[in-house]
Amino acid sequence: MKKTGAEIFVECLKEERVKVIFGIPGGVVLKLFDVLHQQKDVEVVLTRHEQGAAHMAEGYAKATGKAGVVLVTSGPGMTNIVTGLADAYMDSIPLVAFTGQVSTNLIGNDAFQEADNVGISRPCTKHNVLVKDVNDLARTIKEAFYIATTGRPGPVLVDIPKDVTTDKAEFKYPEKVNLRGYNPTYEGNKHQIKQAADEIMKAQKPVIYVGGGALFSDAADEILELAEITQIPVNMTLMGLGSFPGTHPLSMGMLGMHGSYCSNMAMHHADLLIAVGARFDDRVTGKLSDFCPEARVIHIDIDPTSIKKNVLAHIPIVGDVKAVLRQMNVLLRSMDGNQKDLKERRRPWRNQIEEWKRAHPLRYHQDDKITKPQYVIDKLFEITKHEGIVATDVGQHQMWAAQYFKGTRPRTFITSGGLGTMGFGLPAALGAQKAYPDRLVMCITSEGSFQMNLQELATAAGHKLPVKIVLLNNGFHGMVRQWQDLFYEGRYASSHLGKIPDFVKLADAYGIYGLRALKPAEVEPVLREGFKHKGPVLMDFHVDPFENCYPMIPAGGAQHEMVLEDPPELRRTQRSGAAKKKAEEGEGVLPA
Amino acid sequence: MERIISVLVENKFGVLARVAGLFSARGYNIESLSVAPTLDPTTSMITIVTGGDERVIEQIMKQLNKVVEVLKVVDMTETSYLDRETALIKVHTRPDHRDEAIRIADIFRAKIVDSSPATYTIEVTGDVDKVEALINMLKPLGIKELIRTGRIAIPREAKLPSRREQQTAKA
Ligand SMILES: Cc1cc2nc3c(=O)[nH]c(=O)nc-3n(C[C@H](O)[C@H](O)[C@H](O)COP(=O)(O)OP(=O)(O)OC[C@H]3O[C@@H](n4cnc5c(N)ncnc54)[C@H](O)[C@@H]3O)c2cc1C
Ligand SMILES: Cc1ncc(C[n+]2csc(CCOP(=O)(O)OP(=O)(O)O)c2C)c(N)n1
Ligand SMILES: [Mg+2]
Repeated sequence: MKKTGAEIFVECLKEERVKVIFGIPGGVVLKLFDVLHQQKDVEVVLTRHEQGAAHMAEGYAKATGKAGVVLVTSGPGMTNIVTGLADAYMDSIPLVAFTGQVSTNLIGNDAFQEADNVGISRPCTKHNVLVKDVNDLARTIKEAFYIATTGRPGPVLVDIPKDVTTDKAEFKYPEKVNLRGYNPTYEGNKHQIKQAADEIMKAQKPVIYVGGGALFSDAADEILELAEITQIPVNMTLMGLGSFPGTHPLSMGMLGMHGSYCSNMAMHHADLLIAVGARFDDRVTGKLSDFCPEARVIHIDIDPTSIKKNVLAHIPIVGDVKAVLRQMNVLLRSMDGNQKDLKERRRPWRNQIEEWKRAHPLRYHQDDKITKPQYVIDKLFEITKHEGIVATDVGQHQMWAAQYFKGTRPRTFITSGGLGTMGFGLPAALGAQKAYPDRLVMCITSEGSFQMNLQELATAAGHKLPVKIVLLNNGFHGMVRQWQDLFYEGRYASSHLGKIPDFVKLADAYGIYGLRALKPAEVEPVLREGFKHKGPVLMDFHVDPFENCYPMIPAGGAQHEMVLEDPPELRRTQRSGAAKKKAEEGEGVLPA
Repeated sequence: MERIISVLVENKFGVLARVAGLFSARGYNIESLSVAPTLDPTTSMITIVTGGDERVIEQIMKQLNKVVEVLKVVDMTETSYLDRETALIKVHTRPDHRDEAIRIADIFRAKIVDSSPATYTIEVTGDVDKVEALINMLKPLGIKELIRTGRIAIPREAKLPSRREQQTAKA
């Protein structure tokens, strides 16, 4: 029996074992929503904005490793997900976005709500397709899921014209995909793996640098094994956090612009760099000409374009992290006859690293007057016993979350790294919570980012998604203000937010429990009270508006040129009250 | 150094846009571009003339390979190959220049494919040096219009040193 395109669409989702999709209906996709409405296998989460839907799908995908699915209408529905697509593309997140399109006979006519969905999304998708014939629909959907989730993951857009949803075809879900030009490499080259293993055994000052690819590849166990058998210290990119336990003695935490002093110094002095699913982003390398000046580089990445893009690799290994490390660990074990000897040989390097760790640990000073943002995250870390999933927004709070919430498990730190999309946090947390209704999911945010997608509070309330929102309210676009402090002589151009809503009342308006902590002493009670509550909670912490995030490698600086605290002249201007007064002229949240 | 890159692609909607978009989005330069179906009607060959240092070319090749519908990417410059381009050149022919135009065309084994009282249209096929030499010779007569196909290239069967090896040997 023949099925309509809409029925085929839903059958395909079931075949792909999709449990939930995020979206908003509209004219050309009504038929799709109508068929979805009449079945129970695939749940539809109605969001309040398509951007929210896209970020929820990202959060879902990051937490589970499965593709997140979005369904939106043509025209504005599609253009509203562009930020989500671009974000997923930069951070290699598997998404399948279905967009409605005007009927095939109207395409190109400037029809009502027509947009060139394929054209608009081309530069920010891994692949995209306009389905012109219902007979191609099932195959296209199969290919979309395959492409999104294999190799280097990424977003795929499938554009479905209205008539294709009503036309009929025989439904048969293809068993296999047949893509002549798409064939990711998983197994690494044996010869190169051997060469890498030899270098690892020889090196005196090696460092393992782990990125998001390790998480996509589910390789946390292999990385732990690699580090432990070779006794090599590990640092992680922002996207790699969780791939190695932040509490492990070999962990140096995050590296890069706001990474730890120790990890950046270790990079600078290393003689061997083992890059594992990381792409040498400029936030990590700093000034390229001074990056790891003494190191030979082993680079494991599934995407050949990541290799030798920014930094020369002496031993490139194209392949999947897990597959490559499995082979490599076996080799290393067979080579390393004497564990003790290796430990001994690496001792001076380990000692040096411990010294760097001790010299400049992360620090802040908490008094009893004004809450430091780091203190809130410290407490959060303590109270949750490192458990739970953290999604963040973008700004200072994001960096503090990365520094102080030392997650121990993979897929528990969800953040927008490559695009740095403010407004990502809340919907991403909701997506993760949808995937794991029983786990603790937190959103660490600040008032600037939060106001970019706060409409999704309604989705949280409506779907009873018990996300715990920790809002570090500093009254500023804090990250921007920090740069203005450091590089623009404290001129706060458009970084002070002025009028800020009463977030407790706002939460209340959405039917969400709202709490506020004005003083340091209130931080812990508010957190405990909030975490006791069963439903979603918004906790508004008023924090020091002038706290800056350190260490910091200033833009264009080299790895070892970290700034560790406010320069003295900066402290003087701030404390003199001039800057403060300027800020107070607005109506922003400021300390009493 | 100049490179000729042959990109075999599936003959599908939007593929050319993806390939061209990749060049513009990443700031790579396209000097010429030609596209046509191959013997197998489900595939097309895109021939791109581009330039850049070793690292840029390596990225271009990898990025092209990454496009789902791209089946094969070959840097012709790494092989020995034949390349050809066709140009149609419309020259002004004042009465005292008409013979000169014919003579020049003859030397280059180019054909006059159209004529009017005031112009000749000359068709030439050859490698880039030949086409450019002819254009230079015709310039003094006055070129009214010029159109070029962009280059296409095919590997030679017999193994000769690659164009790149030849150039490095010379240098
Ligand atoms: C305000 C702000 C500040 C920031 N500061 C920092 C900072 O201090 N430090 C920092 O590190 N980042 C920072 N970032 C993030 C930064 O911009 C980059 O997003 C990040 O460094 C990239 O991480 P990554 O190298 O792990 O790459 P990802 O973007 O995670 O890329 C993963 C890589 O792994 C590869 N890969 C994917 N799957 C596999 C597989 N199965 N096997 C093998 N390889 C695979 C991919 O091809 C890709 O090359 C900051 C971002 C913001 C917004
Ligand atoms: C959508 C978007 N617009 C602008 C920026 C530039 N930007 C980066 S951080 C930042 C300030 C973030 O402020 P807030 O969310 O309050 O976080 P805070 O730094 O105060 O912790 C801005 C405006 C961005 N990253 N994303
Ligand atoms: Mg803020």
